[in-house]
Formats: sequence, C-alpha cells, structure tokens
Amino acid sequence: MPDRIAPSAADEGFRKELLSVLPHLRAFARGLSGRPDFADDLVQEAAIKAWTARERYQAGTNMRAWTFAILRNHYLSELRRSRRQTDLDEGVVEKMLVMEADQEGPLHLDDMEAALQKLAPERREAVLLVGASGFSYEEAAEIAGCPIGTMKSRVARARADLARMLDGDQPQQVEVKARKTG
Amino acid sequence: MLNQPNGRGDSGPVPGLPPEVRRDGEPGWAGGLRKLYNSVVEEPLPDSFKDLLKKLDDDGDA
Repeated sequence: MPDRIAPSAADEGFRKELLSVLPHLRAFARGLSGRPDFADDLVQEAAIKAWTARERYQAGTNMRAWTFAILRNHYLSELRRSRRQTDLDEGVVEKMLVMEADQEGPLHLDDMEAALQKLAPERREAVLLVGASGFSYEEAAEIAGCPIGTMKSRVARARADLARMLDGDQPQQVEVKARKTG
Repeated sequence: MLNQPNGRGDSGPVPGLPPEVRRDGEPGWAGGLRKLYNSVVEEPLPDSFKDLLKKLDDDGDA
C-alpha cells in the first residue's frame, strides 16, 4: 500500500485529475445514454462517488479508466433502479437514416448519434470506449468488467452495425457488403 | 484499428466528415464517432460542475 501523502495535497491533486477527466466523462455518458441532461446528472453523481472513494485511487494510475468504470457502473445501476431506457424516438431515427441513405451526403453528427443509440447497449459501450474514448481493448475490458475477447467481439459487432447503418459515406474499408436502401 | 488515442485538435465547423478526422484505412463513420465524442469533450463545462467540485473541495468529505 502506498503511503498516504498529506491529505490536503493528495486531495488537491485528485481534484485536479478529476476535473481534467470531466469532459471525457460527459462525452462517454452522453454517448451511453443519448440524453444530455441525464448524462450530466450521471457525471456529477459519478464525480461525487469518485471523490468519496478517492482514498482507493492510487495516484499515477489511470484516472480516466477508473472514473469511466465508476460512471459506467452507476449508469447501469440507475437503469436497473429506475428502468429508464433511452427513449429515442424511433421514427426520427429511421427518418434520419433514410435521409442519409438517399442523399449520399456527408455523415452528420445527428445521424451518427442516432445510429449509436440504435446499437445494443454493450456494443454501444464498447465502441464508445475503444473507438471514441481511445481506450485499449484491455482497458475497455477492465472498465466493462468483461474478458478482452468479449470486448473485441463487441467492438467488432458494433463496427459492423455502424457500417451497415452509415455506409452511405464512402464504404471503402467497410467489411460488410455495401448496401444502399431504396 | 480503432484503439487509438483521442483525435483532438480538429475544429472543423461543419458537422460532416472533414479530412482531419478521417484516418487512413478506416470507414467514414469511425471519424464521425470521434467527432461526435469530441464535440462533447470540447463543450465548456456547465457551471454546476465547477460548483460541485468546489463544494467537494471545501467540504473535504461530502
């Protein structure tokens, strides 16, 4: 066990690190839930949990991974507790995706977000951690509490799903067959 | 591959897929995903977050 540093200095260091990861936590929570207000609540609650548990954090380890895991677990427990689901309007999603396929235009962030929210939750989490947040498979697996092979499989499936939904944008490296609706 | 560090630093104003978020050999949506993520990362934090941490700092153990 590492020696405790002077509490105030340790707390200040922790606080700075926690502050630095908040924007990333917000992006992760937004991607997970698809709901900005809910996401910000999650981040604040996760930040409080992290602060309360700060004595368990070892300085110099990965604050981002540590707090992402806290946020992720809190998100899942909130879902279980309140049975809240991402109540994205499916009609709007379909409309946006159809528009994308018809237009062959640039990929818009709304389309991306809609497609993301259509993924199975564990795949969405996986592609957010690895594809967006930049975690390694190993780190992502640790955050999600699953084996590395499972994480790789989830990411691969998420990629295939996204490619299928968003392949209107130059599918040059997409492994699934290019498919245009209409 | 997807497991790369965050692609920060692009500030393309158009919500499409500017070349700076696209990397060699990856499908377009992969850059779109990072851009979506980064668009939130780059948002200024709501004041409530700063207040929260200030409170935590003041309280010591809230």
